[in-house]
Amino acid sequence: MSLRTSWIDRTDRIDRTNSADRTDRTDRTDWTGRTGWTGRTDCSGRTAGAGDSHAEGGRQGGRGAERARRAFMNESGTLTVDAQGLSSRELNYLLRACALDRVCGEISVKNVAGQRYIGTNLRRSLNLEIYGTPGSDLGAFMDGPRITVFGNAQDCVGNTMTSGEIVVHGRAGDVVAMSMRGGAIFVRDDVGSRCAIHMKEYGDRKPLVVIGGTAHDFLGEYMAGGTVIMLGLGLAPGEGHRACFIGTGMHGGRIFVRGSIEAHQLGREVEVVDPDSRDQETIMCAVERFCTLFGTDFAEIANSRFLKLHPRSHRPYGRFYAARDSGG
Amino acid sequence: MKSYIPPQFTVERDDRRCNMCRICVEECSFGVHYYDEKRKTMRAREERCVGCHRCSTFCPTRALTIRTHPAEFRPNANWRPEFILDIKKQAETGGIVLTGMGCDKPYRIYWDHLVLNASQVTNPSIDPLREPMELRTYLGARPSRFELTEGNWPVGCGEMDGTHTLHGTDGVHRIGADDARETSGFDVSPDGASPAPPPVRVEVPILLAAMSFGAVSFQVHRALMQAAQEVGTLCNTGEGGWPAELRGFGRHVIVQCASGRFGVDADYLNEAAIVEIKIGQGAKPGIGGHLPGEKVTEAVAKTRMIPPGTDALSPAPQHDIYSIEDLATLIYALKEATNYEKPVAVKIAAVHNAAAIASGIVRAGADIVVLDGFRGGTGAAPKIIRDNVGIPIELALASADARLRAEGIRHKASIIASGGFRNSADVLKAIALGADAVYIGTASLIAMGCTLCQQCYTGKCAWGIAASDPKLAERLDPEVAARRVVNLINGWSLEMKEMLGGMGINAIESLRGNRLHLRGIGLEDWELEVLGVRGAGT
Ligand code: SF4
Ligand code: SF4
Repeated sequence: MSLRTSWIDRTDRIDRTNSADRTDRTDRTDWTGRTGWTGRTDCSGRTAGAGDSHAEGGRQGGRGAERARRAFMNESGTLTVDAQGLSSRELNYLLRACALDRVCGEISVKNVAGQRYIGTNLRRSLNLEIYGTPGSDLGAFMDGPRITVFGNAQDCVGNTMTSGEIVVHGRAGDVVAMSMRGGAIFVRDDVGSRCAIHMKEYGDRKPLVVIGGTAHDFLGEYMAGGTVIMLGLGLAPGEGHRACFIGTGMHGGRIFVRGSIEAHQLGREVEVVDPDSRDQETIMCAVERFCTLFGTDFAEIANSRFLKLHPRSHRPYGRFYAARDSGG
Repeated sequence: MKSYIPPQFTVERDDRRCNMCRICVEECSFGVHYYDEKRKTMRAREERCVGCHRCSTFCPTRALTIRTHPAEFRPNANWRPEFILDIKKQAETGGIVLTGMGCDKPYRIYWDHLVLNASQVTNPSIDPLREPMELRTYLGARPSRFELTEGNWPVGCGEMDGTHTLHGTDGVHRIGADDARETSGFDVSPDGASPAPPPVRVEVPILLAAMSFGAVSFQVHRALMQAAQEVGTLCNTGEGGWPAELRGFGRHVIVQCASGRFGVDADYLNEAAIVEIKIGQGAKPGIGGHLPGEKVTEAVAKTRMIPPGTDALSPAPQHDIYSIEDLATLIYALKEATNYEKPVAVKIAAVHNAAAIASGIVRAGADIVVLDGFRGGTGAAPKIIRDNVGIPIELALASADARLRAEGIRHKASIIASGGFRNSADVLKAIALGADAVYIGTASLIAMGCTLCQQCYTGKCAWGIAASDPKLAERLDPEVAARRVVNLINGWSLEMKEMLGGMGINAIESLRGNRLHLRGIGLEDWELEVLGVRGAGT
């Protein structure tokens, strides 16, 4: 049996037999410090990552001890990780170590408070539940996992994300889905500015962002592909979306909007059309998922009218240059 | 509208030599040469000639000579012909004048005002034919402290530089033997706490610069990567993604993460040796890139991961970076995405404040700072920006190196200089000014055939280099092109060893930042001061 499995087994046992006592674990866990997946074992696990504050907490036992102290597996196979006081790097390190064990398909992270890059280094399919407020770049460059946040998310959710799913039971900050190229993001409430900026698609990699509420300015700026659906659920009757400069520089993809938008709110590069039947299918499919995720009434949304914003041209800046037929 | 733009070149065809084989018609991608059926003779549309010399090189009878057009405007120191032509061009089109390659204006080239030292009598020179000369270079952060453990070396601690003592605290990097350095490099980052990625080793301090697939052809990409592998150096993909067929060169590849994030996904980041964040480019500081839709072919689209035929826009800023703190966020996002196993570089254009920005970049956590001077090449840039924005690499490099040293953080990052290196002496001078390595772009293309005609933005490169048309791109045999680049780097390496030996130095490491080996000629005091070198004879 590999060391990794034995670690999980052991943790499991520790969890069940000794869950009240979390303080005295360092003695039994030194073997786990040598799982060997980085090839380096003398790391103190501390980082100078981007303004994090570091809680030291006397972790003489090294990584393994920390893992054992932080992660508990319950009977149904869900691993629970306590993020209290961990820096971004420590938490992500711990999550990666747990994920790489490939024993559990589900990790639940408690007490998350501003830790960045959650999900970034987990390259497998895995359910990650986040309780608290994850920091910026949640799921940046992410490839595979499914993250559910029970709380609000900060900026740059799904930055340049490759695949996977992020579900936010709350609101998300600025620059959601920047340069995202695959997977899906569902935000129950509002998002900040510049959501879906430079999102792009190729072949069957088609990113999807569904916003339950409304967005701030520059939604879909420079958008080059993918789908954004904005449901306007929080808007009062008769109230329109407030975002301006929607789709500035947009040259690919589509934005579907439920609720009203005035012409002056749009960027010069987009035009408004009615969704065709294929668009309707896309919308309904995404809305259905949204409603399942957040328990929203599907019928109410399904019967509403959607506007489709799409780029006037795939070449918005084609006439910018003094190009000539010949050289010279 | 009739064009008032006069021809720039004249095509001289020696009719006694020409056998009307029409090879020139085939070779010219700008449509200059044609066969006049009526007159049964070869003719030329001179107004289309860009002076790329493809035809004259391939004419089997050497019948062709391309010359600068002799027609001249009335001399005028203010209204030079270039300005007259640009005005006419804009009057005819109403757009931004584009160009290719680096700034060609006669700003002072400092390399030409710096000379290297050589040993005489005292500190004798070294003969590289007899003795090993070391060009090997490591790129990435160095530890602030380190400790020697049992192995081939005696147990003990040593001092690495004036600011750090090397006593063994736990978590400090341990070097056991030579091979530890070979394989895993350093284990602990400069702050002594978190593991820094192992530095990347290159056999020569000459790296192949970022040129995106789309701006240059697939063949060029392949040739550059193959050359990098052969000489044991690194090749930068540029910001246009990394073609699937070339992933095998991973250990010799630096991938770029630019504002467009083209082709950036988890595999892209994890399969490379180094990840480079591109903030700016010397040829066009402050502005983004724009690959026009017609160059976004199926292959380019697949590599960039965008639909074929759409404009590929790289916005001027990275939209998640508006401060040094934001930069730190992206640096660490990339480190997380690559499990802290790869150095992260940040590339900026050399601008007025480059030294202060470089300091911010190092403090943000970058392992490598790349400075790109204003003579750096480009596939397409607005001419007005290329020729008027940015500063020479020599000054930016010298001031950034001095600044990082003064702040005691020079060891936290390597510096790569870039932008118009023409020969091995330029490279050595850059290293003496403080660079760990240099990027060469234009020089590698010249090795493949480029003649600096500056038409890269047209996509019609007759040499098949900056070519999107597959017919043109096929002109370049990647094997041959790779050989030419390998030969060039080998040639420069030999020359560098000769010069190092002459200085009495047997490892390039000893020259790094060693400005005493440089002297300035014909420079003002302020220039000597910025460069940190003394005038010749002093
Ligand atoms: S390639 Fe040379 S010989 Fe052949 S047609 Fe042209 S000018 Fe004449
Ligand atoms: S790459 Fe081609 S188009 Fe560009 S300068 Fe060189 S020869 Fe001319």
